[in-house]
Amino acid sequence: MSYVLANEVRPIFPGVLGLMPVKKIVDALNQALREEMDRDERVVLLGEDIGVFEGSYRVTEGLHAQFGEERVRDTPISEIAIIGAALGAALTGLRPVAEIQFNDFLACGMDQLCNQAAKIRFMLGGQVTVPMVVRAPYGATGRAAQHSQSLEAWFVHTPGLKVVMPSTPYDAKGLLKTAIRDDNPVLFLEHKLLYGATSPGGKAQTAVQELGEVFTPAPDEEYLLPFGAADVKRPGSDVTVVATGMMLHKSIKAARELAGADGIECEVIDPRTLVPLDRETIIDSVKKTGRLVVVSEDVMSCGVTAEISALVAEHALFYLDAPIRRVAVPDTPIPFAPVMEQAVIPQIGDIIEAVKSVVYR
Amino acid sequence: MERETALLLYRRMVQIRKFEEKLYQLFLTRPMPGSMHQYNGQEAVAVGVCAHLNRDDFITSTHRGHGHCIAKGASIRALMAEMFAKTTGCCRAMGGSMHIADYSVGMLGAMGIVGSGMPVAVGAAWSSQYRRSGQVVACFFGDGAANEGAFHEALNLAGVWKLPVVFVCENNVYGFSTHYRRVTPVENIADRAASYGMPGVVVDGMDLRAVFDEAATAVDRARKGEGATLIECKTYRYMGHSRFEKAAYRSSEELDEWRKRDPLVLFRDFLLGSELVDAGELEGIDADVDREIEDAVDYAENSPDPKPHDYRQYIFKVNDEFPTHHQKES
Ligand SMILES: Cc1ncc(C[n+]2csc(CCOP(=O)(O)OP(=O)(O)O)c2C)c(N)n1
Ligand SMILES: [Mg+2]
Repeated sequence: MSYVLANEVRPIFPGVLGLMPVKKIVDALNQALREEMDRDERVVLLGEDIGVFEGSYRVTEGLHAQFGEERVRDTPISEIAIIGAALGAALTGLRPVAEIQFNDFLACGMDQLCNQAAKIRFMLGGQVTVPMVVRAPYGATGRAAQHSQSLEAWFVHTPGLKVVMPSTPYDAKGLLKTAIRDDNPVLFLEHKLLYGATSPGGKAQTAVQELGEVFTPAPDEEYLLPFGAADVKRPGSDVTVVATGMMLHKSIKAARELAGADGIECEVIDPRTLVPLDRETIIDSVKKTGRLVVVSEDVMSCGVTAEISALVAEHALFYLDAPIRRVAVPDTPIPFAPVMEQAVIPQIGDIIEAVKSVVYR
Repeated sequence: MERETALLLYRRMVQIRKFEEKLYQLFLTRPMPGSMHQYNGQEAVAVGVCAHLNRDDFITSTHRGHGHCIAKGASIRALMAEMFAKTTGCCRAMGGSMHIADYSVGMLGAMGIVGSGMPVAVGAAWSSQYRRSGQVVACFFGDGAANEGAFHEALNLAGVWKLPVVFVCENNVYGFSTHYRRVTPVENIADRAASYGMPGVVVDGMDLRAVFDEAATAVDRARKGEGATLIECKTYRYMGHSRFEKAAYRSSEELDEWRKRDPLVLFRDFLLGSELVDAGELEGIDADVDREIEDAVDYAENSPDPKPHDYRQYIFKVNDEFPTHHQKES
């Protein structure tokens, strides 16, 4: 895996230094931003309601107070201008981190992100670098079709962007710091239910209480995590399960249940970054287990599950003992009614069923 | 304003107010699906504008759409049922509060993406112009939306094509947590109309009669084929941005100031002062609306829940002549 920061990386494991680790993704992200802003005054933030209000999910809490108006800028509701201004600033010496309030609204700024930011270095034959991060929450929380999507596949499909999807506080902090130091545009997607915070604009919804030890805290210490390095969140020998974000945790729960009740051992892999994707870890695992289930909260067609399935079909077909199974949102927008939302979002039971089917049980 | 009109408009404002007060209680006292953005304080805008629209005229709405629906004459029962995510809801439990809309009374949708209704309104106005149908489109949007690219593109196109659309900016001072003057370099959003070759007017959005009068001019102009107007209604939202948002970014003094000019109180005082109606009549309307809201809640509660896979029928319109044109769900 060729990656610029890989050799700078010094992961420090939580607890080693005895400092207070943070247990929420929202706090881990906040620390990452604070540390990077402390370290490098080129790092500036912009977005809707991120300053005085401190963010609709509180990720920027305290930063406006600490770093002031100049470095933490409230913007109008203007996604084109937010992403475009981040790009312009990145081209001219700053390292902006933009927040888009929901990933669905990236659609409004799509041209700046996908036609401009993703391609400008390429078109200029490498004359410029584009050190910018766009952060956005994703995932379904009862808010119907325009506020519930998981849109990572759009951006994986846009060469020139890196796409990061952390599932734990530990990963969130290390990956955001790496993203800020990356010289390329990085899309950083954060699952709403994993923040561990209550959105003041929404219902108190969080799923982090029940996640257990996989939800690794982030140490209050400097560390970076490499892009393109998947993390095996649970080792196992029978079935490879690949998942990101909230689905990673549902997969872990499914794996625990399967191990207890059925004696099926899943190896659960979190790619953590979809671009660059750590193909080796996934392929090697499938070569070992002979079975693959891919779980994602984006839609099925041309989605992340499709990509990972194709990858394994190309590189490990003859190691497979069963057809690949995908668990993802069927090709539909997200409906409003909770019973319907639940029906389209992958559930633990769906993952269990898929895993059992590939071991023919 | 005639007596009958006045009474109807009063009723509409009371309906909006009580519909939302009821929902506020419901959200406090029982599990309700999703969230909501309340319209309290802004009633005079939707009601004053829709007063001039026919049933077949169009409107586009926003995430804060309850008031627009009621003002345009949507069924309170169907709206309430949508809030409860029931199959009898106006959107069949597919949209909820954020997308609440009723096409049968000319609503083209409630867009949850800020500013996104504006180009759609322009398209509907173009269609009306093309079809020579005489239909007018009223496009509701917020002060925050006026900073989206969609606002500028929509107004420009409407201006250059002289389309029958009335852009109604509900300047309720805040876009989520942000005071509009922190993100908007002009005092009046209506001033922007000049760039797009249309009149821009500022009106007191708490005063139903003021909104009613300006909207009359704008709708008339649109209907005659003279083109679009931008009306900025200065108004205020009483509640937080959404159901669970506490609005700590504004002072209670500010809220109290605006509440002193509550649109329902202002209009009520006017009606009583003008001797068009007597207090008994207004109380009668209030009581009537109370019953109507209770009935709507009953109706919603007793309506069937959707089944988990009901959504499938709404992804595509299936054309039986061309069955292969529609992908089956994976
Ligand atoms: C494109 C887009 N950006 C951001 C949001 C999040 N959001 C929802 S409502 C809102 C504030 C809108 O302000 P305004 O247009 O003034 O309408 P109001 O809420 O005051 O009625 C924001 C930022 C969104 N829904 N869509
Ligand atoms: Mg507003």
